[in-house]
Amino acid sequence: MNINATLILQSIAMMIFVWFCMKFLWPPLMKAMDERRERIAEGLAASDRAEKELEAAKVTVDQQIREARDKAGEIVEQASQRHSQILDQAKEDAVSERNRQVSAAEADIAQAANQAREELRASVASLAVLGASKILEKEVDANTHRELLDKLIAEI
Amino acid sequence: MAGGSENITQSEYIRHHLQNLTFGQHPDGSWGLAHSAEEAQAMGFWAFHVDTMFWAIFLGLIFYLLFRTVAKKANSGVPSRFQAAIEFIVEFVDNSVRESFHGTSKFIAPLALTLFVWIFFMNFMDLIPVDWLPWVAGQAGIHYQKVVPTTDVNATMGMAITVFVLILYFSIKIKGVGGFIAELTGQPFAANSTAGKIAFFLPNLLLETIALLAKPVSLGLRLFGNLYAGELIFILIALIFTAGSGFVAAGLSSVFGEHIPAWFWIVATAAIFATLWLNLKGKLNTKTTLWFLLAEMLLVGGIAFLGGQLMHFGWAVFHLLVITLQAFIFMMLTIVYLSMAHEHH
Repeated sequence: MNINATLILQSIAMMIFVWFCMKFLWPPLMKAMDERRERIAEGLAASDRAEKELEAAKVTVDQQIREARDKAGEIVEQASQRHSQILDQAKEDAVSERNRQVSAAEADIAQAANQAREELRASVASLAVLGASKILEKEVDANTHRELLDKLIAEI
Repeated sequence: MAGGSENITQSEYIRHHLQNLTFGQHPDGSWGLAHSAEEAQAMGFWAFHVDTMFWAIFLGLIFYLLFRTVAKKANSGVPSRFQAAIEFIVEFVDNSVRESFHGTSKFIAPLALTLFVWIFFMNFMDLIPVDWLPWVAGQAGIHYQKVVPTTDVNATMGMAITVFVLILYFSIKIKGVGGFIAELTGQPFAANSTAGKIAFFLPNLLLETIALLAKPVSLGLRLFGNLYAGELIFILIALIFTAGSGFVAAGLSSVFGEHIPAWFWIVATAAIFATLWLNLKGKLNTKTTLWFLLAEMLLVGGIAFLGGQLMHFGWAVFHLLVITLQAFIFMMLTIVYLSMAHEHH
């Protein structure tokens, strides 16, 4: 338990180790730790930012989905309107076509009937003339009896 | 167990353990190691303790290399476990400095880190069983070996005085010579008149000087006292149970001779390691392993109990707290003192 020069040597040793620490240990360790702290802070900030962006994106997406849905509804609406329009149109067209065809057929029929009637009337006139001449045994002049014959035909 | 000399008395055993390996000038003018406490005493101030300096520098180098391996590879990426452990210590010291020291200094934090880890390592030597390293040294022909540098008052006071010089340096650097003298003479008794200032000059100087000097003395002696006392208790436990006339160990002497020899602990430790190793390698099933371990622990524990090893263990557990705490206190007080040196009062 003597006080001796160990005192001084220990003091020197201490100063040297402190100098080592100050020069070679503390700065690189502190630098690494500070850099890591910064990187972690940046990472956290980035994740916060990303979260916010995600939130915003979600809102946009929701809005877009809603718009799309509305639009789809509109389109369906329009389509069904168009559908009924086309149907109506087709119905109308069909009806008018039918009417047209019916009237054309009726006209044809009427025409054919008139023709037949005319033919019949003509043949009836000649038959009448023929009959009358047979009965009278004499030539009936068609021209002289035109008035009479016409009256007969009209009566038939 | 003391360096191979078997027939020593208890007081010789204690004294032997408390004697440093001293290098200095003999009275006849030649330089060399002291061969007895008296010779060491006669060497006076200009001698030094080889063991203290060896272990202090050795442990300082361990501290440096340990931290240097991390510092070299340190990057801001994901740290390895070892790097994380080192950074934890650095962070802890850095926080302690930030809390107590409100200036900016590139010096105080590294100083605190060095003191904390270095003193912790030096204190830790106390947990190595008191006879092991001296026994090894004894085999190498060195007869005195005190392996805990902080149980040498020269080492602790050497560090405390360095801190004291730093206190003076920073006081004068920050406040100037005039400011520092004013601080030493202007308080605790303050006066506004010139006459009052002159009257209080001497009492103030006396009180403040005592307060100033008390800092390094308390700093150095606190560490020394704690570690010296701890070391002494280890020595006493070793003495009661295992050295020569131990009263419990006497029963074991028929088995082991005077005390439990080192080979017993080596064999016991090897046996336990071998058991665990075989289990890990899958050569021994868990049940058998447990039976083996139980038998080994009972054998070792029984002999350890009789040999006072459990008492050693108990004190070592408590001492683990003491050595950490003392290293922390030394660091903390250094920071506080230097912080005070930086502040104007």
